[in-house]
Amino acid sequence: MSNVDLARVQFAMTSIYHFLFVPVTIGLAFLTAVLQTVWHRKGEAAYLRLTKFFGTLLIINVAVGVVTGLVQEFQFGMNWSAYSRLVGDVFGAPLAMEGLAAFFLEATFLGVWIFGWDKLPRRLHLATIWLVALGAAGSAAFIMAANSWMQHPVGYQTNPTTGRPQLNDIWAVMTNPVFLWGYAHVLLAALATAAVVMLAVSAWHLRKKSHVEVFARSAKLSLAVLVPTMFLAMFVGSELGVVEAKYQPMKIAAAEAQWETCQPCSFSAFQIGGGNNDQNPTKIIAIPHLLSLLATNTWNGQVIGLNEVNAQYQQQYGPGNYVPNVFIQYWSMRVMAYAASLVLLLGLWGLWLIHRNKLETSRRFLWLAVWSVLLPFAMNTAGWLLTENGRQPWIVQGIMRTSDGVSPSVGTTSIVISLIVFFLLYLVLAIVDLVLMLRYARRELPPAPAEPVDEPPVPVGIQ
Amino acid sequence: MTLVNVWFILIAVLWTGFFVLEGFDFGVGILHRYLSRDEPDRLTIINTIGPLWDGNEVWLVVAGAAMFAAFPGWYSTMFSAYYLALALILVALILRGVSFEFRGRDQSPRWRTRWSILLTAGSIVAPLLLGVALGGLLHGLPIGADQEYTGDFLDLLKPYPLYVGVTLLALCVLHGATFIALKTTGGVRDRAKRLARQVAPFVAAIVAVYAIWTHIVADKGVLPNPIEIAAILAVIAAAWFAGQGRDGWAFTLTTFVMAAVVVSIFTELFPRVMVSTEGAATDLTISNTASGSYTLKLMTVIFILIFPVVAAYQAWTYHTFRQRLSRTEFENATEE
Repeated sequence: MSNVDLARVQFAMTSIYHFLFVPVTIGLAFLTAVLQTVWHRKGEAAYLRLTKFFGTLLIINVAVGVVTGLVQEFQFGMNWSAYSRLVGDVFGAPLAMEGLAAFFLEATFLGVWIFGWDKLPRRLHLATIWLVALGAAGSAAFIMAANSWMQHPVGYQTNPTTGRPQLNDIWAVMTNPVFLWGYAHVLLAALATAAVVMLAVSAWHLRKKSHVEVFARSAKLSLAVLVPTMFLAMFVGSELGVVEAKYQPMKIAAAEAQWETCQPCSFSAFQIGGGNNDQNPTKIIAIPHLLSLLATNTWNGQVIGLNEVNAQYQQQYGPGNYVPNVFIQYWSMRVMAYAASLVLLLGLWGLWLIHRNKLETSRRFLWLAVWSVLLPFAMNTAGWLLTENGRQPWIVQGIMRTSDGVSPSVGTTSIVISLIVFFLLYLVLAIVDLVLMLRYARRELPPAPAEPVDEPPVPVGIQ
Repeated sequence: MTLVNVWFILIAVLWTGFFVLEGFDFGVGILHRYLSRDEPDRLTIINTIGPLWDGNEVWLVVAGAAMFAAFPGWYSTMFSAYYLALALILVALILRGVSFEFRGRDQSPRWRTRWSILLTAGSIVAPLLLGVALGGLLHGLPIGADQEYTGDFLDLLKPYPLYVGVTLLALCVLHGATFIALKTTGGVRDRAKRLARQVAPFVAAIVAVYAIWTHIVADKGVLPNPIEIAAILAVIAAAWFAGQGRDGWAFTLTTFVMAAVVVSIFTELFPRVMVSTEGAATDLTISNTASGSYTLKLMTVIFILIFPVVAAYQAWTYHTFRQRLSRTEFENATEE
């Protein structure tokens, strides 16, 4: 493997790992804030217990999310110094804003929220969890703005003497259509992820008949959030697809393994074979017009095939192969879409059960709801693979190739060592995190404050 | 003053803020076992930074991102040159960060000891290597005309950078001890005070040597740098106050010493950002690594708007959690 491949593997590993924790953090911060708000308004002890219960799950996840985020930031300089040197002028600005405007907020007020239960007035304490949620969502905004610039560079001009892109319009960067749709998509996916986690944990307790009256409330809240969120996420995702098809035609053509230009274009449910050396895979269950609809928002829209875009790019950027890995692209599209559809169906079933007053007793639904917790993680990971793999071979679309972005001064041994070290570290942390999440998710609810309690004087803080 | 200069100063401020704040965090991590007799003691010590450490660590994130935005050339060369050192720093920070969270999630003493050891190890390795990295900027690294690092791992481990690492580590220990003395009561506080009294003279000597050596390495003439003089005077005063058991003053002074030590590196660097051992022509400077003027202007506006707010709410956090902790609060939290 070349240095470029190794650096890519390392970046993919870090990003995928980081993004297992990020959506849970963003979504759970928001849901915890909602729970605490309901408690603040209604004063019912059940909501306070739920706030603390899900707040603990939030805290366990934030720890790993934060430290892996640090790795992300350092990796740009460590593995991709040529890239950082070329585009730091544009790409660095949103990263720095993220730290100043969002990450400080999230990290500082999370500490205040955890430790401030008995130190702050109730209303102020409630404000701190909302600031945590705001900080988490804000972080994602700046990171997505930076990432979207790599997908569709805007708001810059190339310095004639240095050849480097220089920022000249931050407004263009922050209104980049890829960013606006992409950010909305990520936020909705994060909310849906946390809602499924909350639903799964609640369902587990409902199955065990533990605190049924309390966990029924969190199950209903999670379903009330999940269904509209998933509908919106799918709508926004399809709009994002149209935007991407316009600026990154390779990305969408590869997602259907569409080698020849078509009009109208159908979407296949499955294919056998496929990949960059197999231009004639056997497509199964072709749904007419669907690809046209997804890529162009029109019934008979044209999708330019991979071969034609490749020929176009060769004329524009010089000789080379500009087709991304089609196999990864095709299947990450489907894993994302199918996992999302299953999540939506589960949510609709749950709503119907609420309507029939059977949510707490439907064993089949509760069992499926517990296991469905895996779906949003598959959906999120596949979504990022779709976005990032579809950008290849560009690190910044049309400006710099990935192979040119790697650090020239870093040796293969260094990359291999750090790759192995991080892999092992992530593995251990994932296991510990999973064990702790499962343990805390299955834990008995802490007693309600109104009930007689035999609590230690310090119920919060590091214990 | 040009914006390029402003951003050099702001990056120095961010690194200084990081070491001042996370410095006592590191110290607490290093000392939490050493200064405790049992689990409630350890919980008392760890909880002194419980609500604070996460916000403190963001200073490092912002310092790194600010270098990326304002001086991409500096960020790229430094981060790729220090590749393995940074990987190790990241491992240390990751283990330290999750230790706070994971340590208390199980009652078993073995579990707690294991995370405690990782907390201590991470708290030692991170400031030591970050110090080596800062020292290396001034000492010089082999850098070619294309601004790329041309050395290998061993080129990073020269005596002066290593000594800067040791200095910062020693300061973290003293800074942590004065912080624990300030934030606790009873036996923990007594032991922290005693430790501060014992180590302060040695730290004073280490800082004095650091100041002289830094001045020689910087090679900026015989005229002493006032910040280095201030660091020496302050560390002597810190040693004296620690000896007297005056918690507040001792902590104030260790804060000042930490700031002075970090700032002195940056003042000696200016206007360079990374010294090249291949000759002054290949030095990285603020002008040959900076972003364009639009980015710098934008970042300056954002900084002026947001940074005072951040400083205010972080200060408020310290105010909210200002009272001393006593071990009685934690005696019921565990069964040992």
